Amino acid sequence: MSSNSVLDGAGSPSGTPGAATLLEVRDITTQFRTERGLVNAVNGVSFSLERGRTLGIVGESGSGKSVLSRSIMGLLPRSTTIRSGQVFFEGTEISGLNDSQYRKLWGDEMAMIFQDPMTALNPVMKIGNQITESLRFHLDMSKSDARDTAVALLKAVKIPEADKRFSSYPHEMSGGMRQRVVIAVALACGPKLLFADEPTTALDVTVQAQILDLLAEQQRERFMAMILVTHDLGVVAGRADEIAVMYAGRVVEQAPTDVLFREMKMPYTEALLAAIPKMDDPSHTRLSAIGGRPPDLVNPPRGCAFSPRCPYVQPRCHEEVPALTPSETTPSHSFACFYPVGSPETEAIRLDIAARRLMSTAPTPAQPSPPPFRPDDAPTGGV
Amino acid sequence: MHTSRDTSITQLDPSSLPTIEAIEAPSSGHQDADSLGVGGWISIVWIGGLALLAVLAPVLPIPDPNESFPEIARMGPSSGHLLGGDAIGRDVLARIIWGTRSSFIVGFGAVAFGLILGGMLGLITGFFRGRIDSVITPLMNVMLAIPQFVLALSLVTVLATGEGVDSTRRLSVVVLGLGLVSIPLLGRITRANTLVWSEREFVLASRAMGAKNWRIMVREVLPNVVPAMLSIALLGVGIAIVAEGGLSLFGVGVQLPTPSWGNMIAEGRDQMRRAPHIVIFTSIVLFLTVMALNYLGDAVSRRFGVRESVL
Repeated sequence: MSSNSVLDGAGSPSGTPGAATLLEVRDITTQFRTERGLVNAVNGVSFSLERGRTLGIVGESGSGKSVLSRSIMGLLPRSTTIRSGQVFFEGTEISGLNDSQYRKLWGDEMAMIFQDPMTALNPVMKIGNQITESLRFHLDMSKSDARDTAVALLKAVKIPEADKRFSSYPHEMSGGMRQRVVIAVALACGPKLLFADEPTTALDVTVQAQILDLLAEQQRERFMAMILVTHDLGVVAGRADEIAVMYAGRVVEQAPTDVLFREMKMPYTEALLAAIPKMDDPSHTRLSAIGGRPPDLVNPPRGCAFSPRCPYVQPRCHEEVPALTPSETTPSHSFACFYPVGSPETEAIRLDIAARRLMSTAPTPAQPSPPPFRPDDAPTGGV
Repeated sequence: MHTSRDTSITQLDPSSLPTIEAIEAPSSGHQDADSLGVGGWISIVWIGGLALLAVLAPVLPIPDPNESFPEIARMGPSSGHLLGGDAIGRDVLARIIWGTRSSFIVGFGAVAFGLILGGMLGLITGFFRGRIDSVITPLMNVMLAIPQFVLALSLVTVLATGEGVDSTRRLSVVVLGLGLVSIPLLGRITRANTLVWSEREFVLASRAMGAKNWRIMVREVLPNVVPAMLSIALLGVGIAIVAEGGLSLFGVGVQLPTPSWGNMIAEGRDQMRRAPHIVIFTSIVLFLTVMALNYLGDAVSRRFGVRESVL
C-alpha cells in the first residue's frame, strides 16, 4: 500500500454525504460499578450517522458525552462497566465483540482524538514513531514506507518542517502542535469514523479554530464520519451537521444544527446557549450561568433530570421523565421536555422572569443599587 | 537595526522576541536535561574505572591476590605494595581490585535478578490490576514484612554452607539470595509507577489505535517506568554490596580465599588494632562506591523528574 492511497483515505468510496449509514447506535446504556453504587453514565442513547457527516455531542462536564463515545468504541474497562444496547458499524453489530475483534476496528475503521494533547502522546517516544507504529501494525507497511507516510501525514496536519519534526519528542512541541500530531496519529490508518473527544478544550482560542478547521478539512478529504464531543455550543455551531445535547446521560434534544439554533425547545439547550457571553453585550453584563450543579448519576433526581435547575419547571417535571419525541412541526427535531421553550407555559414564566430582572436592576428609591454579587450566584459546574 | 527604536517597545513587541526564544529554547533545554552534572560524571568515572580494573585484573601489574609476602604482613603502604599487606601478607591493593569482581558481581547481579523478576511482576500487576494483582501484591507485602537481611542470611546458610560448596556455588547463591529479597522492593516501585503511567491518556490512545496489551505494556508504559526502576536499582546495587559485607561477617558471604570487599573487611576486623589500614582502605573504596551509586541514582531521578514536570 503506497503512502498516497492512505492519505487519500484508501478504500473510501466517493459519494454524497448521507448516502449510507455508517454507525447506528440503538438505546445504548452504560453503567459503572462503584463503591457508591451504579453510576448511570449513559442512559438509552440512540442515533445514526452517515459517512461524511458530523454529529456534535454537547453537554456539560459529567453529562456522559465522553463515556458515550468510549462506550461506542468499546474502550471502557470491562470489569467495572455494564453496557447494554446495540451498536451497528457498517451494518454489523459490534457491541458484543471481544477485545481482539475490536482491535481490528480500532485505528483501522474508527479512531479517537483525545482531549489533552499534553497527555495523549507518549513522552518518551518520537512523534514520528507514534504515527508509524499503527501504520506498520495495521497496514503492514515497511519501515521506510511508514516513515514517508508519517511525514506526509504530518504535512497534512500542517506541521512545519515535517521531515525534521518526525524525530522530535512531544515535549519539544507546543500544545497546538501536539494536538496536530494527535490528529495525525488518529488519521494514520484512514479511519471511516473519527471520534473527537473535546479536541480543543486544552487549547487556547486562536489555536482552537485552527484545529477545528483542520479537522473539518481532513474530514472532507477523507469522507469520514465524525463525532465531535464538546461542552461548547460555539465549537459545533458551524461544524456539525447535527447536534445532540446530552444531560445526565440522556440525549435531551437532537436536531440538525440550523434547526437547533433556530428553534431550540429544551430549556437546557437554551440555558447552554445563554451561558456563552455575547460580543455585543455591554461590558460588565453579568454572565448568565445555569444554577445548581449537574445531577448525581448514582441517585438521579425523580422526573426530568434537569427539573431541579430548570427555570420553567412545573409540578409534572418532578414526577415523570419526558421521552425524547420528535417535534410535531419538524420531524428531524427531537426533544425531551413537557413544556418546551416557546410553549404557553414557559412563555408566561419567561415574561415574569424578565419583568422581575428589570425591576431589580431599575434604579428605584427603595433599591438604590443593584444587588451585590453573591458568591453562590457564581457560575458552577462549567458551562 | 533597532537603533532607531526604543528598546522597551522592542521587548513588548509580541512578535519579535518569543520567536527568537522559541528557536533557541529546544537546543539549550535539551543540552541541560541531558547533563548529569559534574558529580554524576565523577560517579560514572569512579564506577566505570573500578569495573575496568576488575575486568583487567589478570593483566594489571599487581601481585597475585592470594600470594603471601611475609615481609609486608600487617605493614602499611610501601613501594611495590601501595596499600600495604593484610594479616598474612597478601597485597591489599590486589585484593581490593580482585574483590571488586565479586562485589560488583554480587551488587549488580543481585539487582539485575531482582529487577528482571520484580520489574516484570510489578509491570504486570500494575498494568492489569484485577485478579493477578490481588494475588501477587499481597505475596510481595508478606516478603517485605520479613526482615530482608535475615531472609538472605537464612537462604545462603541453607543453600550454600557445609562440605563441598565451592566458591562459584557460594557466589551464585549469594547473588540469588540478595536478588530474591530485592524482588518485592523493586516490584513495588515498578508497580506504583506503572499504575500512574497506565492511567495516562496516551495508553488509552494507543489502545484506541488497536495496540495489543503486551505491546502497550512494553512500548508505551515500560519506557516511562524505566527511569524510576533505574534510579532505585542503582541505590539497590550499593545496598547489595554492603549486604554482602554483612553476610561475610556471619561467614556466609563470598567464600575465602576469593576476595570480596565484604570478606576483606570481615577478615581484617581482627587486625583493627595492629593494622587498621586493611579495613580502612577497603571501607573507603566501599564507601565511595556506594556514594557514587547513590549519587547516580539521584541524578537519574532528577534528570527524569525534570522532564516529567515539563510535560
